[in-house]
Amino acid sequence: MAPLPLQIINLCAALMLLLSFAMLSQRRVLTLVDLFALQGLVLSISIGVVAWNTGQPHLYYSAGLTFVLKVVALPLILHRLIRRLDARWESETLLNIPTTLMAGLLLVMFSFALAQPISELATTLTRGTLGIALAVVMLAFLMMITRRKAVTQVVGFLAMENGLFFAATSATYGMPMVVELGVALDVLVGTVILGIFFFHIREQFDSLDLSHMESLKED
Amino acid sequence: MNITGVTAQCTEIAMSVAAAPLLLGWVNQCRAWLQNRRGPGLLQPYRQLRKLFHKDAVLAANASPLFRLVPYVEFASMGLAAAIIPSLWTGLPFGAAADTIALVGLFATARLFLALAAMDIGTAFGSLGARREMLVGFLAEPALLMVFFTTSLIANSTSLPTIADSFARHPLALYPSLAFAGVAFLMVLLAENARIPVDNPATHLELTMIHEAMVLEYSARHLALIEWSAALKLFNYACIGLALFLPWGLAQGPADPGGLLIALPATAFKLLLVGAGLALIETLNAKMRLFRAPEFLATAFLLAVLGLLVHLLLGS
Repeated sequence: MAPLPLQIINLCAALMLLLSFAMLSQRRVLTLVDLFALQGLVLSISIGVVAWNTGQPHLYYSAGLTFVLKVVALPLILHRLIRRLDARWESETLLNIPTTLMAGLLLVMFSFALAQPISELATTLTRGTLGIALAVVMLAFLMMITRRKAVTQVVGFLAMENGLFFAATSATYGMPMVVELGVALDVLVGTVILGIFFFHIREQFDSLDLSHMESLKED
Repeated sequence: MNITGVTAQCTEIAMSVAAAPLLLGWVNQCRAWLQNRRGPGLLQPYRQLRKLFHKDAVLAANASPLFRLVPYVEFASMGLAAAIIPSLWTGLPFGAAADTIALVGLFATARLFLALAAMDIGTAFGSLGARREMLVGFLAEPALLMVFFTTSLIANSTSLPTIADSFARHPLALYPSLAFAGVAFLMVLLAENARIPVDNPATHLELTMIHEAMVLEYSARHLALIEWSAALKLFNYACIGLALFLPWGLAQGPADPGGLLIALPATAFKLLLVGAGLALIETLNAKMRLFRAPEFLATAFLLAVLGLLVHLLLGS
């Protein structure tokens, strides 16, 4: 039987995957942001467990950084943005929900098959979770593709970053601290800039529906 | 097969058949309490059955022999399922006769016959109910199979008693795949037994009903058998869930009367909890629109497949 830290990490991995699917099927934007915060919490717990298990101090900082950024700061910013944009009910998906879920299932199988040979080469304890991390990235992609509105696409982008962080900790016990700080700052600044973009898009098109941006001519 | 085994097997079937209406009564009683009503009492399903058995049966003029046969087929297949499912002992002689996949097939047979009987008279309500039942059934069945596949992969066997045995002996560990399968199974249980998010068991003569629409033409002893087998179906599903996900307390090894001392109170206690949980779910949720049911069952299927995939990838 697997040791307890590995069991907890596996549980976290499964929860990340489940939360990805929950986000994919969620129609309301505010709940979507809450699910994103929950995913960040699971991510920081799993990084903390990896840190405790391997005794690498910089992973503790990484877990703390993830918690502050993904669970507190970004959801707060997004909640404020949604309130100020009054965009609580935007929910249009291009595909209907069951079809999206089945497509997501195929993506999970694809990424598991893709990760199988890679994780056999890895030597870390948590190599099995690489496939799940890849699947989380893919599902976030799918969410960005199937959603029409700007806010949900940004949440998809942030969820993709969650998956990448999880891949980094599961495959290599984390990136160097400088890289992690850089990525964290990028995500924060990116969200702020996109928040400003939201206002510009809405001013220009009277809506956050990105399909308006496909028409090039002004009419 | 020896004489104790046969006795234990007969005891188990008799107890399942006898206790099934009690479970239904308990669920109804709990629901009444949660809704601030007094409730009709635990024994109401038995009174209902006695009343129906004492009435004279009325058959439609154009009813075929199939229509009369179906209540007995229903009751027999649910009784057979109760024999296969380890609700008290895991070492029953009949348990080896059929595995989980055959069990799914047995439930499908019962559903098929009931749908045929519903269409037999040719009334609009019957055909409508049969179609809806088949819609729910064809979505719930793959999810149920996937749940069984996940548990079979973990226990290395498709036989239900062996799975329950191996889970009960297994040291306690975190199994995310089993948690996914458990939630998926709960959703299938609600859909298959016409419980609240999919169908309303308390409804009569409404356009939204599924199970009640199918049995509308039945009366007296036929209706009694069908209601009894519906209660037995709920009991069977509850026992499958307990055997898969909470197998502690089942009597293991060869079936002997001694095992009953622990197994009977344990199973009764677990069923009490299951009934209260079901009542809680039914009180907290509203019935979904019929066309939301595919979404509900797609989620169940998704969870079951995720459980399977997570088990294959992580080995947990």
